[in-house]
Amino acid sequence: MTALLETRGVWQRFGGLVANSDVSISVGRGEIVGLIGPNGAGKSTLFNLIAGVLPPTQGSIWFDGEDVTKLPAAERCQRGVGRTFQVVKSFETMTVIDNVIVGALVRNTVMREARRKAHEVLEFTGLAARADVLASDLVPAEKRRLEVARALATEPKLLLLDEVLTGLTPTEAQTGVALVRKVRDTGITVLMVEHVMEIVMPLVDRAIVLDLGKVLVEGTPADVVRDPKVIKAYLGDRHAVGA
Amino acid sequence: MDKNYTARRRRDLIIAAVLAALAALAPLFVKNVYIQNILVLTLMYAALSQSWNILSGYCGQISLGHALYFGIGAYTTELLFTKFGVLPWFGMLAGGAIAALIAMGLGYPFFRLRGHYFVIATIVIAEIGLLLFQNWEWAGAAMGITIPVRGDSWLKFQFMRSKLPYFYFALALCCLAWFVTWWLEDSKWGFWWRAVKDNPDAAESLGVVVFNSKMGAAAVSAFLVAVGGAFYAQFLAYIDPESVMGFQFSLLMALPAVLGGIGTLWGPVLGAAILIPMTELTRSYIGGSGRGVDLIVYGGLIVAISLALPQGLVSLFSRSKAKGATR
Repeated sequence: MTALLETRGVWQRFGGLVANSDVSISVGRGEIVGLIGPNGAGKSTLFNLIAGVLPPTQGSIWFDGEDVTKLPAAERCQRGVGRTFQVVKSFETMTVIDNVIVGALVRNTVMREARRKAHEVLEFTGLAARADVLASDLVPAEKRRLEVARALATEPKLLLLDEVLTGLTPTEAQTGVALVRKVRDTGITVLMVEHVMEIVMPLVDRAIVLDLGKVLVEGTPADVVRDPKVIKAYLGDRHAVGA
Repeated sequence: MDKNYTARRRRDLIIAAVLAALAALAPLFVKNVYIQNILVLTLMYAALSQSWNILSGYCGQISLGHALYFGIGAYTTELLFTKFGVLPWFGMLAGGAIAALIAMGLGYPFFRLRGHYFVIATIVIAEIGLLLFQNWEWAGAAMGITIPVRGDSWLKFQFMRSKLPYFYFALALCCLAWFVTWWLEDSKWGFWWRAVKDNPDAAESLGVVVFNSKMGAAAVSAFLVAVGGAFYAQFLAYIDPESVMGFQFSLLMALPAVLGGIGTLWGPVLGAAILIPMTELTRSYIGGSGRGVDLIVYGGLIVAISLALPQGLVSLFSRSKAKGATR
């Protein structure tokens, strides 16, 4: 079976800056893959390319056996790519349930069904009690959760999580981790960008490390954290020698 | 929760029906033609503002150029009537359709603009429209068009002796605009529009085609406003560019919604019910001095309300904060 997601030789240039150079990664069905790397490694750019926010300068993106390189974000969502945003983008003047209904409308054209689906997702993500609260009144951890709920309501095959666990308290982060596992157990493939290594490493099946826009290392979490190249990228030469 | 939601929507519908019925009885008690005239204008601006609210309130694309669609409705109806003998009822629909097409044609380039740039574009386009009509000889140019009087007739939608038929038409139009909003509010489009207003990027990531959503809102909004323009032309029995396409119409469509609560179901009606009588009354009682005192009072009130209740007057009625912003 082909991979669910594949990027083939993807480049992204912003003027003179090369954010992604020749990035080829693949994500298999049912995996949780972590996309990690130091600041400025090009993680967010790659993420936006996969979500369809902008087309790559060069290269192609394949989803579910089809070339989706030229498709805009909305159409990729319809094909099964769900995403969250690093800086949360709730619909602030709408209630929590209404936020999720927007996502649910992708696959449910009848309002009543979309509403039911939205309630189901809120139940699943533990936001049911907050359904009628305005999104602007949620605390940060809940807003992150709402991002996930909204994306799940679109019934994605692939869920792109952009730093959903960053900036949370340890307890909040642990509930977040549990949620990601639960999502995967429903058969959804997860690709997550994350900063906090100690949280993300036990969670993912495979980690892809980006550095300076290139794929540096790819492998199991255990291998990746021990790789001298990764240590060097994160901590500098001095520490790499010791490893 | 769903029960609450359904109950609330039903309650809105019942309140609207009761208000409409009460309004329909108003002429029994109001015999003064001057007051009747104010009622007609109030209902018309409520309908216009409600229509404006679809694009600018729900979908968040603030337009200060809706006078263009108003004028197009008026001109289409009267040109078809005076030049080709087409009954105003058909002219009204034709005007709506043309306005909707123009709104989408303009949306094609301008919906790529965000925020203030979009607002500026709408003002400029409406001014261009005004200039075109002022110089278009066939359409009467600056002289305008006088609608030939052929006696009271529902068929030709013209009434000289009584204002009542106009009153009922304005009421029907107001009900229609309200009902369309009510219906769209709980539809795919309503949700898409609010999502687009709040955060276009997030909307796009959830499968909402932002551009198409804006186009849909523009078409519905322009259609209804043009029908209002057709009505106004018949009501005046005379049109010229300034009197159906002037910038003041764009403002008078926006202000009731802003005052009452932008992007809310009841805001435009509430705003119009306060603003339009006040405009007319201040003009006739203190406007005669020529010193603009009426405008000072008028402007002062708007400033006061926007400072005290930035969410609009409807926020006074919402019981919880959660409902405040969405209702």
